[in-house]
Amino acid sequence: MKVTLNVNGASHWLDLDTRVTLLDALRDHLKLTGTKKGCDHGQCGACTVIAGGRRINSCLSLAALHDGDEITTVEGLSDDELSDLQSAFVAHDGMQCGYCTPGQICSALGMLGELSEGWPSHVSETLDGPVRPTREEIAERMSGNLCRCSCYPGINAAILETAEGS
Amino acid sequence: MTEELKIDGPTQARPEDAHAQGVLSREAARPDGPLKVSGRAAYAAEYLPEGAAHGVLVRAPGRGKVRLANRAEVEAMQGVLCVLHDDRMVRNAAQGTANEAPVQGVEWAEYVGQPVALVVAETPEQASHAAARLRVEAGGSKGAVTPGEGEVTDEDVTTSETGDFEAAMREGAQTLDATYTTPSHVSAAMEPHAAIAEWKDGCLTLHSALQMLKFNRNEIADCVGVDPGNVRVLAPYVGGGFGSKLGISAEAVAAALAARDLGRPVRVVQTRRQVFEVNTRRSETRQRIRLAADRDGRLTGLGHDALASNLPGEDFAEPVLQASHFSYAAPNRRLRQSAERLFRPASGSVRAPGEAVGVTMFEIAMDELAESCGIDPVEFRLRNIPETDPERDVPFSSHMLAECLTEGSHRFGWADRPAATRQRQEGEWWIGTGMAAAFRVNLLMEAEARVRLSPEGVVVETDMTDIGTGTYSILTQIAAERLGHPPDRCEVRLGDTDFPPGSGAGGSVGAASTGTAVWLACTEIRRQLAEAMGCSEADLTLKDGRATCGNRSLDIAEVIGDGPLEGHGHLQPGKALKKVRQSTFGAHFAEVAVSDVTGEVRVRRLAGTYAAGRILNPRTARSQCHGGLTWGIGMALTEALEHDRRDGHAVNRDFAEYHLPVNADVPDLDVEFVEERDDWAGPMQAKGIGELSICGSGAAIINAIHHACGVRVRDLPATPDRVLAGLA
Ligand code: FES
Ligand code: FES
Repeated sequence: MKVTLNVNGASHWLDLDTRVTLLDALRDHLKLTGTKKGCDHGQCGACTVIAGGRRINSCLSLAALHDGDEITTVEGLSDDELSDLQSAFVAHDGMQCGYCTPGQICSALGMLGELSEGWPSHVSETLDGPVRPTREEIAERMSGNLCRCSCYPGINAAILETAEGS
Repeated sequence: MTEELKIDGPTQARPEDAHAQGVLSREAARPDGPLKVSGRAAYAAEYLPEGAAHGVLVRAPGRGKVRLANRAEVEAMQGVLCVLHDDRMVRNAAQGTANEAPVQGVEWAEYVGQPVALVVAETPEQASHAAARLRVEAGGSKGAVTPGEGEVTDEDVTTSETGDFEAAMREGAQTLDATYTTPSHVSAAMEPHAAIAEWKDGCLTLHSALQMLKFNRNEIADCVGVDPGNVRVLAPYVGGGFGSKLGISAEAVAAALAARDLGRPVRVVQTRRQVFEVNTRRSETRQRIRLAADRDGRLTGLGHDALASNLPGEDFAEPVLQASHFSYAAPNRRLRQSAERLFRPASGSVRAPGEAVGVTMFEIAMDELAESCGIDPVEFRLRNIPETDPERDVPFSSHMLAECLTEGSHRFGWADRPAATRQRQEGEWWIGTGMAAAFRVNLLMEAEARVRLSPEGVVVETDMTDIGTGTYSILTQIAAERLGHPPDRCEVRLGDTDFPPGSGAGGSVGAASTGTAVWLACTEIRRQLAEAMGCSEADLTLKDGRATCGNRSLDIAEVIGDGPLEGHGHLQPGKALKKVRQSTFGAHFAEVAVSDVTGEVRVRRLAGTYAAGRILNPRTARSQCHGGLTWGIGMALTEALEHDRRDGHAVNRDFAEYHLPVNADVPDLDVEFVEERDDWAGPMQAKGIGELSICGSGAAIINAIHHACGVRVRDLPATPDRVLAGLA
């Protein structure tokens, strides 16, 4: 079927098998391989992208469901210069093998948005107050993104620094 | 010319101290970092060529003779190009450094989950759909799948005995005789095993997620029956390995066979559930540990008897006792290791094979005996540090356990700890602390590297891989330091068998082995520069692209003249390890909270103090230690691959059911390195650091649970049900 995906500001017209996931559309059809596939079952977060302003697991969503949607992938976060969050990941060594990293970064961006909108989490003190980006909040909200290299200390430090800087 | 080195003895000179660039052993960001955070580092499945077909592996549902019941029907499905059912397909991944094909064949399935067919189609969706339709019949063959019930032959048992162990056990002032178990573990690297195979004029190009390319090339060549010279393997970026990508695996072999049959490139990516069963797991272990101590808390008897399993035809047996041979002094010793044949998925190396489970369980036993002796656990270990290797009459190349224990306990604030258990409570939570030592044998492997120096800068080439270990970073630093260039003028190219063969990544050998090969290659270039400058290599100072000799100072570009200078380094492990016992050491400290209501355990603090020779880049080394510590949390609390009691299959084979530690499970981790230079480790005096922190960190947590609430867990992991059973 015909699908239009607006990815990182560019429109793409694709003719896809209805079974193609958003993740495979990005990776195999648009050659945007920055978004990773770790499990294809919504269990690892490596495939996280921002769709319609929210972080989602792109492996759990069919491309056909995103006709006309605005999608941001890791490739859309920087051109020549890395974004602050990306630079912070490098500075804090928030990666080793790097396979979970694009998902961590997209997820962190979405998560910071949720924080600034005041969405509470399991560790928030109140359900309706503003939420501060503490280490606990970040760890809780980033727990859908697995990192087997276990770069959580660097990931959290990078996100915290970025949140505090903005 | 090649600069050769065989490590037969100590290297006393400290040439690195004469280096001027000042980048080695300093904190440095990964040069590959910007590529990884922007999605530009490409992994195996991402080199998709035009016209590639897509393959999906299909597993056997039982053990026994295999039949594809509806092959023709599946072959007729939309988009399907072939159903490969070829006897050259492999049963499971090759063991690390196998250098030849693993067991092959699809007529018979030896374990449930063995890949026995590959369905290839025009698109991944068609291939997955058709693979799901393929009806495989296999089964009917019974075989042992439960630990303790498998066949053990004489070749599968090794024993070593020193003194009179039984007498020591009879006469000890305090003794311990306890049995511990660990379950199967998986590497669970985030990048699934993947391969893209393409043939041209009888030559195979394979992009695959692999750790040790020089071996992998020979393995795949042997599998598909071509000369290794006609095979090129590429893996410039690998999304984690932890042992699971040491040897060639099923998807690569099937992709290569299908691509040759079809005359077009084929990509095969293992599904996450396949990753859990096709690639080697860490064997479950049963460990009986017996210890005897005298009145002063000195060990008089040390016994460690371990049982692990593997499939028939695999010669790897989890080397559980590796560190028990030298970790503690005791005049009377009995060590016995056996491997039984179980028809579970094959076992093999997973991060720190041997010590990860061997040291961890032994350190729990040490905690138990320290308690019965009434001696502080740190002090108990300090009292039992051996002077020399307790089983072979050789000295240690360097022994830093005491320093690690002392520094680590100071840093953690161990002195404030009450000796008794169940002393601190916060609401429903019992709070306690525990510690454990860390040991990991240090190895070197043969490695080669090529370095070119031109006016444009330095280029390093080797087929070594960076699986997240920081190889790009440290090889850059070594070359920059040795040749006096800023790191951004050094380019490291890895993961291509067209380059000289490095060691490969595994067993914590990469940095010291391939790093030394790069070091040697640079030595050769330094000598050429010195010659051109008319001085000796030792008198040459290279910094920021300038060469200085006495009072002569020149731009290196001027010294080089027209052609680039080239150096080739070749390291071979020599007789050094026959003359000394070499290990890395550490001390782990943990603070946990245990819920009195649910038995849930939360790790509040976790710290490691390590000695691993010269640390080449503290930042990447620390990250690796974070990894091992986190694996320790997983091993202690959540990780267990469960096998079905009837047929041995891996039940919880995905991330939803096999629980890796997630972000919120991991507290801030405190990692410290103790300054050490091990002269027996070659000119860099560096040792492996990638695995040390999983060797005992789990024990510190288990021991902390005991201190917190009095429950002693001997069967890992310490899930709430097990802890609660003890609390009741
Ligand atoms: S690939 Fe989507 S969550 Fe794992
Ligand atoms: S960096 Fe390797 S999985 Fe996160």
